Order: sequence, then C-alpha cells, then structure tokens
Amino acid sequence: MSLELRNVSLKQGQDSIIDDVSLLFERGTMNVLLGPTLAGKTTLMRLMAGLDKPTSGDVLVDGVSVLQVPVRRRSVAMVYQQFVNYPSLTVYENIASPLRVAGLPKAEIEKRVADASRVLRLDPFLKRLPAQLSGGQQQRTAIARALVKHAELVLLDEPLANLDYKLREELREELPKLFAATGTILVYATTEPTEALLLGGTTATLWQGRVTQVGPTPSVYRSPANIDAARVFSDPPLNEFTTTLSGPRATLPRGGDIDAQSLLPNLPDGIYRIGFRVEDAKLGTVSGAPLAFPGQVAVTEISGSESFVHLDIGSGTWVSLVLGVHDWKPGAPAEIRIDPARIFVFDEGGRLVRAPEARIARTSALV
Amino acid sequence: MRIQTRTIVITAYLLLLFLPIYWLVNMSFKTNAEITGHLSFWPHHPTLGNYGHIFSDPVWYNGFLHSLSYVFLNTIISVALALPAAYAFSRYRFIGDKHLFFWLLSNLMAPPAVFAMPFFNLYYSVGLFDTVWAVALAHCLFNVPLAVWILEGFISGVPREIDETAALDGYSFPRFFVKIFLPLIANGIGVAAFFCFMFSWVEQLLATTLTTIHAKPIVAVMTQVYSAAGMDWGLLSAVGVLTMIPGAIVIWFVRNHIAKGFALGRV
Repeated sequence: MSLELRNVSLKQGQDSIIDDVSLLFERGTMNVLLGPTLAGKTTLMRLMAGLDKPTSGDVLVDGVSVLQVPVRRRSVAMVYQQFVNYPSLTVYENIASPLRVAGLPKAEIEKRVADASRVLRLDPFLKRLPAQLSGGQQQRTAIARALVKHAELVLLDEPLANLDYKLREELREELPKLFAATGTILVYATTEPTEALLLGGTTATLWQGRVTQVGPTPSVYRSPANIDAARVFSDPPLNEFTTTLSGPRATLPRGGDIDAQSLLPNLPDGIYRIGFRVEDAKLGTVSGAPLAFPGQVAVTEISGSESFVHLDIGSGTWVSLVLGVHDWKPGAPAEIRIDPARIFVFDEGGRLVRAPEARIARTSALV
Repeated sequence: MRIQTRTIVITAYLLLLFLPIYWLVNMSFKTNAEITGHLSFWPHHPTLGNYGHIFSDPVWYNGFLHSLSYVFLNTIISVALALPAAYAFSRYRFIGDKHLFFWLLSNLMAPPAVFAMPFFNLYYSVGLFDTVWAVALAHCLFNVPLAVWILEGFISGVPREIDETAALDGYSFPRFFVKIFLPLIANGIGVAAFFCFMFSWVEQLLATTLTTIHAKPIVAVMTQVYSAAGMDWGLLSAVGVLTMIPGAIVIWFVRNHIAKGFALGRV
C-alpha cells in the first residue's frame, strides 16, 4: 500500500493550517514529521487518517482517492499525544477492541493481545481499567491497540512526549521495530530533532503548515534546504545572524566588518543569513580573533554531560554547547568563535546556499 | 467548644428541616378526630386506616399509577430525545447552533399556564386528551431542554479523541454510542433522568388540565377530599407521605451522580 497526499491544503476561515502539502509514503517505511508545536503535524495526521477533510487537494491510497471513504472503513491506527483509551473497558478489552469490531476469531484475538501486551509489558495490568494505570502504562495500552490491528497506516502523534525519560528512551527504540514487523506505513510526529535522528527513516520538516523539506533523516539534518528546515531541525535553536557582502568585506552583527574570504569565500555580493548549530559555537574567553563574537553570559543550562551557555552578543542571544559541566556565571565576559567551514549560508529569502563540509542540498523530494 | 456549637447548630437545623416532614408522617398515622381534637406530638391512637383507604380505593391507587406512568414515560422520552441532541450540540458546529441551544433553554422560562390552553385544544382534537401520553408529551416541553442542557455538559466532558479512536477502530456509530459512549456519560443520564422525574412528578397544572377520569393524576385526586364533610386530614397526610416516597427513592439512587452534576455546573 502507498499513501499519497497531493497538494493538500486545509483552511480554517482565513487561516491556512496546511498549505499545499504533497507527500508520498510507501509500505514498510518509517516516516518522521518534524516540526515545532502548531506547525500542523497533528492536523496533517488527521488528514491522512480521514478524521478531517482537506479544503483542497486529494488523499490517495494506491492511487485511488479515499476522501469519500469513512474513517472506519480505512485501515488506520492512531496514537495520540494525550493518552486516549476507553475508560469503561479493561486494558485487555481496550487492546482487543479493534479486533472484536473486525470480528476476528477468539483464539486469534487472544493471541494478538497476548503478543502485544508481552512486548509492551502490560501483562500484569490486563484486568485493570485505564484510570488505574500510570500515564506510561496508559500510553502503552494505546500503542498496543494500534499494534494489534495490523493497520496499513499507523500514525503516532508525539506518542512519547508525555512519558518519563527512561520509558521514552526504551520505547523509542522498540516502536519502529514493533511496527516494522507488520509491514505498515509508520508516520511518527515529533518536535524533537534528536528523536527524528534516532528514528531514522525519512523526515519531512514542517513549518507553519508547509513541508519545508523531505528526505532521508540524516541528510535533511546535514543539509537543510532552507532556513526554516534548519530551524526546525535544531534544538536548541540555530544561532543566526545576517551579513551584507560587498566586494572584499562582509558586515558583522555588532557593527564593523571583516575580510569576506574568511567568512563567505567565493560568493557574489548580497545579503546572506548565516546559521550555525550550538555544537559549532565554540565558547572561550575573549581573545579578539576575527571570527569571535564577544558578549556576556546570560544563563547556563546544565544537562548532565553537557552545558548550554547562552551568550548575549548585543544583537541577540546565541547558545553554545560545551561538553562537561561548566558553570559560567551570568554577566561574565566570553566569546563565541565560529568556524567558516561549519556554517550554513542562506540567501536573503532563506534558501540554502552552502552547507558545512561543502555538502550542497540534495532536496530529494519524494513526490 | 467549637465542635459542640457546630453540633448544636446542625442538629437544630436538621430538626427544623425535618419538622414538617415529621408532622406529615405523624398526621398520616392519626385519626381525623385526633388531628382536629388536640395537639399531640406522636399518634396516641396510631392507625393504618388512612393508608388502607388509599390502597383499597381504586380512585386513589390509580391516581398514583397514572402519575407514575406518565412520569416514567416522560423521563424515557425526554432522555432518549435529548441524548442525540446533546451529542450534536456538543460535537458538531452548525449554523445557529448556539442560538438554537439558547432557544431550547428559553423554553424553561415560559410559565406552564401559557401552554395549558393550546395543549388542551390540540390533544382534544387528536384524541390524546385524558391519556397518560398527553401529560408525558406535554412535560417534554420543559424536560427535553433541561435534559439536553445537562447532558451536553457531560458529553463535552468526554474527549472527542475517544469518538475518533472508536471510528479508527472500526466501530459503527450506533455500536460506539451504546458500547463505548453511554457508559461514559452514565452519570449524566442519571442526573438528567432524575431532574425529568422530579419536574414531571411535581408538576400539577398541565397534569390536571390534560386529564379528567382515565388518567387522573394523584395531585388531581387529592383535591377530591375537600368534600362537604370537611377536610380528610389523615387521608391527605398519607397521600402526602406516599407522594414523597418515589422522589426519595430516586434521590437515593442518583445522590452520587448529582454531586458530579453540580461539579460540572449544569444542575
């Protein structure tokens, strides 16, 4: 089975929720929808499932439009971010529910529920009601229900967002394997770039209702097609500044300019937007080097083996990733040094001009 | 000290509250002679004669049966009609939905007397006059909007995602509604049924206007005891006690649900 969205748009009044999205999903593939909240991930999934109808465009399964096919006749399973189960049914009945409706033989239902509850470690809770479970167990029940159905399209809408850290790590690894065995189209929505990278497969980045880029997940990460895709795929956010290149000089955000060849070698004159990731922002004491941006430390976030140091450089705040636990005091002077080989260069309209390591974007759009 | 004060206040309040009810029960076990004769705080010559009269005289017990039948009919009709309406108001957006919802409520504000005449004339011409159906249907005028209003609150408390998950699981709408949805709003149905029951049970004007002999409700029968021989106090008290019992039973069953209804702000 293949699922195709063809020029799908959804408007609510004047607002465009989904704007001309075209995507193709093939059987047995892992697909990631990556975007910040309100980018339209959930809405896009609802359109795929048939819960909402697009204002224009078409949704096709194996080349045939399914817009007129009611949801219950489609082979779709969905897991919501908030834990949705039937409160009045036991965990066992919750998981068995789609199979009972499909009228499967009793032995088959028992086998599938037993398999699913074993891999999702729900065995001890089968007789309980969802309200008597923890959040993680409730979500595993919802995932189990999606799993047993053997649906051709499985939509996971930030399924792990509300789970605790450890469980999230475990399930993130297991989920793709579980569903891969059923040969389904798996679509996974997430706000976290790291999650997308861990899941692999194909990633479509979403920004304000538009798909900004589609491609194999690592390559989207390495060469975002435009500044929107790069922003979506950076957490903490991309450090950005704008520079004007004219002749041999390029302006700097704090004023002044530098030798253009050291920052943007071999580019025509014009306005460029520069972006670089936190791991490429080298923090150090003020040295006055040409590509160093001095400022004051605003805040330091320590997350285990890494620290994120926010530096106020006058025209905005940049973030630098420092390995190890560092305690930079707020207000302390410091500088961020950038390596011209590690920057993304976008033109004034936000299209990628140059990615680090001279990898030019190959936007292998799947449509 | 404080606990004592509280106990005293509560006891006094409860006494005050139960005094009329006690007096009614008290009177129902007395003879008319004792009631009108002298002040007695409990029956000195207790008698079951008043109750015996009610259960042996078909006019009396039929009055109860008529009242109970139209109340049950009305409760079932009201809730059955209100369920799909409340679901639609909660789940769908359509042109004028908010206005329609408010208009339904405004039906509760109209005095029943306004509708007594048109109902009388209408039912007379279609042959429903003096049947329990006449009263049951007339009471829908108030009870359907009330039930819609209460149920809409409960239904909106159920996440829409549950409806969607059921659709994705392949449930047909009727199957989903009965198997999944109704158990989730059982509280709401209980509360709505309770209020329909109570409104219909205590309503007098329409019930007496729309019936004469064959469906005469208990409230109408009660007016008969104002006879030439004077007032039959004991009998009336016994009727009063029996009238309170169905309400008390229903309250007992839904007392926990009602609290939830109050919490939702719809009761």
